[in-house]
Amino acid sequence: MTLRPQPSRSRLEPEPVPRRDWLGWSSLSAMAGALLFGFIGMIRMPKAAVLPSPSKKFKVDLPDNLPAGEPFVPPGRAVAVFKDADGVYAISLICTHLGCVVKATPEGFECPCHGSRFHADGTVARGPAPQPLPWLKVGASGRAVTIDEGAAVRTGTKAAS
Amino acid sequence: MMQATEPRDALRGFWQDLKFAPHRIYETAFRGGPPTTDRTRSTFVFGNVFLHLHSVRTHRWSLKWTATLGLGIMSLSAFLITLVTGVMLMFYYKPYPDVAYESIKDIHFVVPTGRFMRNIHRWAANVMVVAVILHMARAFYTAAYRRPREYNWLIGIGLLATTLALSFTGYLLPWDQLAYWAITIGANIAQSPREITDALGITEYFDPGGFQRLLLLGSDTVGAEALIRFYLLHVMILPLVIAALMAVHFWRIRKDGGLVRPADADQRLASCREEETYPVFTEAPEKTYQLAAIVKGRTAAVGRGPENTVPSMPHLFYAELGVLMLTLFLCVALSLVSDAPLKELANPNVPENPAKAPWYFLGLQEMVSFSAFMGGIGIPAIALLGLALIPYLDRETEGTGEWFGGPGGWPLVRFSVVVGLCAPLTIEAFAIRFGWLREWFPGIPQLVITLINPATILTAIYALFSLWSIRRFQSTRAGALALFTCFLCGFVVLTVIGTYFRGPNWVFYWTPADWPAH
Repeated sequence: MTLRPQPSRSRLEPEPVPRRDWLGWSSLSAMAGALLFGFIGMIRMPKAAVLPSPSKKFKVDLPDNLPAGEPFVPPGRAVAVFKDADGVYAISLICTHLGCVVKATPEGFECPCHGSRFHADGTVARGPAPQPLPWLKVGASGRAVTIDEGAAVRTGTKAAS
Repeated sequence: MMQATEPRDALRGFWQDLKFAPHRIYETAFRGGPPTTDRTRSTFVFGNVFLHLHSVRTHRWSLKWTATLGLGIMSLSAFLITLVTGVMLMFYYKPYPDVAYESIKDIHFVVPTGRFMRNIHRWAANVMVVAVILHMARAFYTAAYRRPREYNWLIGIGLLATTLALSFTGYLLPWDQLAYWAITIGANIAQSPREITDALGITEYFDPGGFQRLLLLGSDTVGAEALIRFYLLHVMILPLVIAALMAVHFWRIRKDGGLVRPADADQRLASCREEETYPVFTEAPEKTYQLAAIVKGRTAAVGRGPENTVPSMPHLFYAELGVLMLTLFLCVALSLVSDAPLKELANPNVPENPAKAPWYFLGLQEMVSFSAFMGGIGIPAIALLGLALIPYLDRETEGTGEWFGGPGGWPLVRFSVVVGLCAPLTIEAFAIRFGWLREWFPGIPQLVITLINPATILTAIYALFSLWSIRRFQSTRAGALALFTCFLCGFVVLTVIGTYFRGPNWVFYWTPADWPAH
């Protein structure tokens, strides 16, 4: 038998023991897995299941003499309600760019934050807004109108009153 | 008789011990004694848990004020000032909508020294942002990020991001109009990946933007949930994060061999003041250092005198205290001449016009006025990634530790300043004068605007200029010099335009005097 010269090892760099290395590696992996699962469960907490904001659906009485094409903004809501010969419709006033409340003007809507402009039907005229202002689901009976801010409808959808 | 005297002696001993107790408490607390000799100056540093982040001796190059300008310590000082004043403000602040506004009003008008504390807190936060950015520029222009300091540069990027996050979360807390609309915009920037997912029509299935916004606000509008989240981030989570990052950052300075200095720093310093840097180890050691034998690399300096170093106590510590006092003076002086703003109570129905974020985000706001996703997330992510990669792409050694060192040097930086300033000014002037794609082609798809807008074109010009510099000087460092200088210049130009030249509806005005009355 010939002796092969072994590289000298100190106690600081011991010979590897594959079985021990594997056991160590697997127990560390088990621990990391357990912690990871616990962590995933934990970060579920900050994502609210129920949103504390007020109801998106609301009911409002339109003013009697609302001229056609004039916006009516119910107090405390970022919605403009219009009434014309075809019926009642509502356009959201929340800018699709970065969420500022747009102002209704004779030409349409303009956003004070980054200068987006919208036509009277909510489509983008200029500026950085990526989407048109959404039209909202409306139900009308006489003067009373129900509006659902959470439900967008196709542009041009009007509710006959 | 013996029995009678002993109690009296013990009693006297007791009084003696009691009398000397304060002295002994002092002695046991500061075991090394006053730092008057080299040995006691050393124990002064390594015997103290707070000071021993420093090495015992400091290279004289690091003490030259042009080596660092003291900007790192200035950032730390500003942080400590915000920490102390912030804790004071917490005595009165109540994080609930409307009540928050009232409590800030109380702090401003009723609480003793309240306005002063709030002003200092606000100014120290601003000083910290400026100092951190300048500190990063110093580290970059002296090539301090190179081996072995690459990882510390990454930690520094983390510290920059955390500093900005701390400032931003603090911005909401007064719950005034300024705060409310800046945070509305900020939260919607977090939601802006929808610009891409909407254009691709996949938002219904994959909505990272909406998730980020929901996580940040805890609701679908900025309300009580958002305020308590920002408060929690501002006073607890982010300070803990920044403290941990700072500890690593400072520790690594020492582990990476002190502050960066040129390879020939010793020769350059040799001419002056020899007597202060006498060798410490005057004779070869007689014992072997067993522990030192297992240390890899060049750390163990056995038998070799640490030339050109001076004791950190007092040389380094007094310099640091000097910077701390200067920062404190700056914050207090600014607080005396300028009050922190407080507008009217937040009104979710009427946006502030113009609604402006804190000044260091106005460059971003200028970019989001072209595309929310690119300006708010895409380009900042590219910039941070580029900054993080610098030490791993620039593997050169020329010019380490010298201002504007490396191929190209100062002339290249000077030329980059010209390019860095002219490019954004030209593009902005063009976009302000002639509008952009949507004004010319009303039906253009959003994805085209997201990809081709003034901000992305500016980024592309900077990238091409950097590539040209790499070719021209045959050096990655030259490319990095060009790109970083452009990045700073672009930041300044966009921030100045956003701050001074944007009025109501984000329209360009030469002065606020031209703003329409409304």
